Amino acid sequence: MKITQISVFLENRKGRLFGVCSLLGANDINIRALTIAETESFGVMRTVVDKSDAAVKLLREHGFVANFTDVVAIEVPDKPGGLAAVLKIFADNDVNIEYMYGFVEKFSEKALLVFRFEDTDLAQQILAKHSISVVTKKEIEGL
Amino acid sequence: MIWKEDVECLDPAGLKAVQSEHLKKLIPYIYHHCPVYKQKLDVAGVAPDSIRSIDDIKRLPFTTKEDMRDNYPYGLFSAPQEQIHEIHVSSGTTGNPTLVGYTKDDLALWGDVMARVLCCAGAEPGDTIQIAYGYGLFTGGLGFHYGALTMGLRIIPTSSGQTARQLKIMQDFKPRIIGCTPSYALYMAEEAKDMGIDPRQGNWKIGVFGAEPWSESMRHEIEEAWNMLATDVYGLSEIIGPGVAQECAHKDGLHTFSDVFFPEIVDPTTGEEVREGADGELVITTLTKQGIPLIRYRTRDIVSINHQKCRCGRTSPRISKIKGRTDDMIVVRGINVFPSQIEHVLVGIEGTQPHYQIVVDRKARKLDEVEVLVEVEQKFFSDEIKHLNEIRDKIRKEIEAVLSIGVKVTLVEPKTIERSMGKSKRIVDKRTL
Repeated sequence: MKITQISVFLENRKGRLFGVCSLLGANDINIRALTIAETESFGVMRTVVDKSDAAVKLLREHGFVANFTDVVAIEVPDKPGGLAAVLKIFADNDVNIEYMYGFVEKFSEKALLVFRFEDTDLAQQILAKHSISVVTKKEIEGL
Repeated sequence: MIWKEDVECLDPAGLKAVQSEHLKKLIPYIYHHCPVYKQKLDVAGVAPDSIRSIDDIKRLPFTTKEDMRDNYPYGLFSAPQEQIHEIHVSSGTTGNPTLVGYTKDDLALWGDVMARVLCCAGAEPGDTIQIAYGYGLFTGGLGFHYGALTMGLRIIPTSSGQTARQLKIMQDFKPRIIGCTPSYALYMAEEAKDMGIDPRQGNWKIGVFGAEPWSESMRHEIEEAWNMLATDVYGLSEIIGPGVAQECAHKDGLHTFSDVFFPEIVDPTTGEEVREGADGELVITTLTKQGIPLIRYRTRDIVSINHQKCRCGRTSPRISKIKGRTDDMIVVRGINVFPSQIEHVLVGIEGTQPHYQIVVDRKARKLDEVEVLVEVEQKFFSDEIKHLNEIRDKIRKEIEAVLSIGVKVTLVEPKTIERSMGKSKRIVDKRTL
């Protein structure tokens, strides 16, 4: 099952990330996972929050460029080789990963990772075939 | 020496007689050869045989850059294309470039006025000139080339760029004269120092600098850096290229070759002539050109004019250095840049709205750098850096294709570009000219 990630355009300027985070915090939106991709002059904040619709509406109202992206949150065994085992399945099945990052908190005994795939639907089929558990949207909202 | 003393030092009455004779021939010529001008003159109620003297020029309609654009490519030509031997283009405001064409006689005229320029700057027969203006569609390189050829100088056509080679050629061939943009002259001084060459010991003793506006303080800087005389040349491709006006060693205004390029200074709003010495828009009529003669062309350059005889002996009226523009054109490394060109590119790229800003800066290296800030739009924003970089590179490549100079494109957050009266501020010029 896909979950929703929010992407926000940020210039490499002082206080921009703070601006986004404080805006979300003040409106009772909780950040579950977060990563920033940076270039020389700008960055893209990618985050999974509990209330994504409200978060994007809020950010746009405050002049930010923010989009939804489909990602998949996968539970990976929290032990040596755990991630490698999952990645091998993707590699064997020609599933390309655009980027990935970890969750702030643990959901179970397993580590929780956000994957952005080139082809999300294909990735989901492969995951289902190999019985790898993914986190649902409801679970994210209730975390 | 004065290249064409018979006209350059002519008394006012004699000069007026020459100009009047030219205008009397010019108007019937364009009326019968250029349908666009025939219509313009008909609308203005000017019969082609009604010109008595140069004073009648005030009855004639203006020609604008829009006229050039609307009649692209050949509408304003008076000579048939088979008589055109060379064409050049410069920036247009949007889309089409500005095209100019020269007949054989026009090329001879160009050589003649550029020989006047070089003599006015102080060149002597037997001198060597290094021409570091770009050769090609830009009129700078070839205009200087024809003038030096006409005058019989030894020419080193280095064209622009490759600074280390420019400096080696200066040291090896010892040219006394250098022609390039003033900012490039300063840049080369910095590079020379880095290479262990003392620019004050350099061989260039006279600089003929132009193609971009520059100030007295920049002149001082160049003269100090190179221990040379730095003179200002003025021209624009619509008229002929370089060769419209040039400073003599007194550096007290640019001698305008008014027997062939008749200058008027007008109020940019009313089009009325301003009083002697007051600032206004320079309007030029090409009195003898054949290929694409222009009547009362609005240059959009703000100058003042002085008709007093100069200490050098020339009687030709002197225009001031360019004091400003009537439009938002800026000149970067000798290239004319209109914000509208960049706007045109952005509108053409799917999803981009023209919220942009052009930042021009002259860094420590003295070379102008252009950065175009583009506000990121919801429509083309992506979570993937590579998509954003693709958009950025596409914008950069298209702008570079239009402007012919390298630019940096930076994506910025929406609403971060300063707006005045709801409109984005299009140009931030940080250069100290």
